[in-house]
Amino acid sequence: MEWYRILGSIITLIGSIFLFLGALGVFRMPDLYNRMQAGTKATTLGTILTLLGIGICHYEWIGQILVIIMFIALTNPISSHALARAAHFKGIPLTKGSVADKLKEKESTEVEVD
Amino acid sequence: MANLPEILLQISTYFVSAGIILATLRLIIGPSMADRVVALDTFTVISISLITLIACMSERVIFLDVGMVYAILSFIGVVAVARYLEGGL
Amino acid sequence: MDRIIKVIFSTGILTLFYFIWTGTTDLYNILIIAFIALVISIIYNRSLFKPMLSPKKWIYSIWYVIFLFIEIIKANFDVARRVVSPKIPINPGIVTVKTKLKSAMGRMILANSITLTPGTLTVDIDEDILYIHWIDVTNIDEKTATEKIVANFEKYLEVIFG
Repeated sequence: MEWYRILGSIITLIGSIFLFLGALGVFRMPDLYNRMQAGTKATTLGTILTLLGIGICHYEWIGQILVIIMFIALTNPISSHALARAAHFKGIPLTKGSVADKLKEKESTEVEVD
Repeated sequence: MANLPEILLQISTYFVSAGIILATLRLIIGPSMADRVVALDTFTVISISLITLIACMSERVIFLDVGMVYAILSFIGVVAVARYLEGGL
Repeated sequence: MDRIIKVIFSTGILTLFYFIWTGTTDLYNILIIAFIALVISIIYNRSLFKPMLSPKKWIYSIWYVIFLFIEIIKANFDVARRVVSPKIPINPGIVTVKTKLKSAMGRMILANSITLTPGTLTVDIDEDILYIHWIDVTNIDEKTATEKIVANFEKYLEVIFG
């Protein structure tokens, strides 16, 4: 009985469910920032678990898979941060019913000083 | 019971594909440019998992190199588009 | 002298990654890659990371990675709960927090960790003030938000980068 293959495929299945939920969040959430929250967190853990499961199934690939996991875990938050910053700079508004926007206050005071 | 791992991997492929379809829908309907880029980012990260699943099912290690290059290109592309939106490019 | 140590450390790391990726045992191949890694390290010698030599920092780094992984799992169940409920329960807003960390590397790690933890996303950094999109704002006061969002990470990061 190849128990490690079953373990790996179960981990992969859990990861793919998280990936699906992340994409569902990107589809359903009302504005860009909330979408990005769902997208970044769920896809990071989903990718880590999916790749790790495959690495357990095919244990001779584990080195390459760990390199891809490290790359994804390091770059995914950076790209989402760059996008969020650019979108706020562009003036994309928060959804209706948002509580506060401190960054907007800062940007407007800076304009007044100029 | 012998092919339980194959069945589970196939179910995961369906979940991942459904996620890609949802991200594509957001890519089509997203009202602004930035929304589309967020959808594209999600799309590419999910695609890396799909590429790795294909590598596992067809037992060919070369697809992992494809996935790594895809990850690097998607990161550089998203950062470049973000710089472009800010006007720094 | 400091810079030479950084360049050698970075060359070693890059060569190690090549070795892990290809699994090659050909010595000639590895020597060529080491040379290319050395050239890359010399070109980027201004922005390299100093190797951490004290064992206390290593232990704290390992604890930090474990702590971060637990936080990521919590964040994912939080996202899953919000996404599948029919009326999405959110109360979003952008708040400010203040960090005590001084080094640029520490601030970058802190911002990335905040992005991966439950309900928060770093939007902008301005010196020691971080602008954070919070999916469920309970309090817009800066002190309370700092206590809730960054205090747990700073405990570890102050030792690692302090």
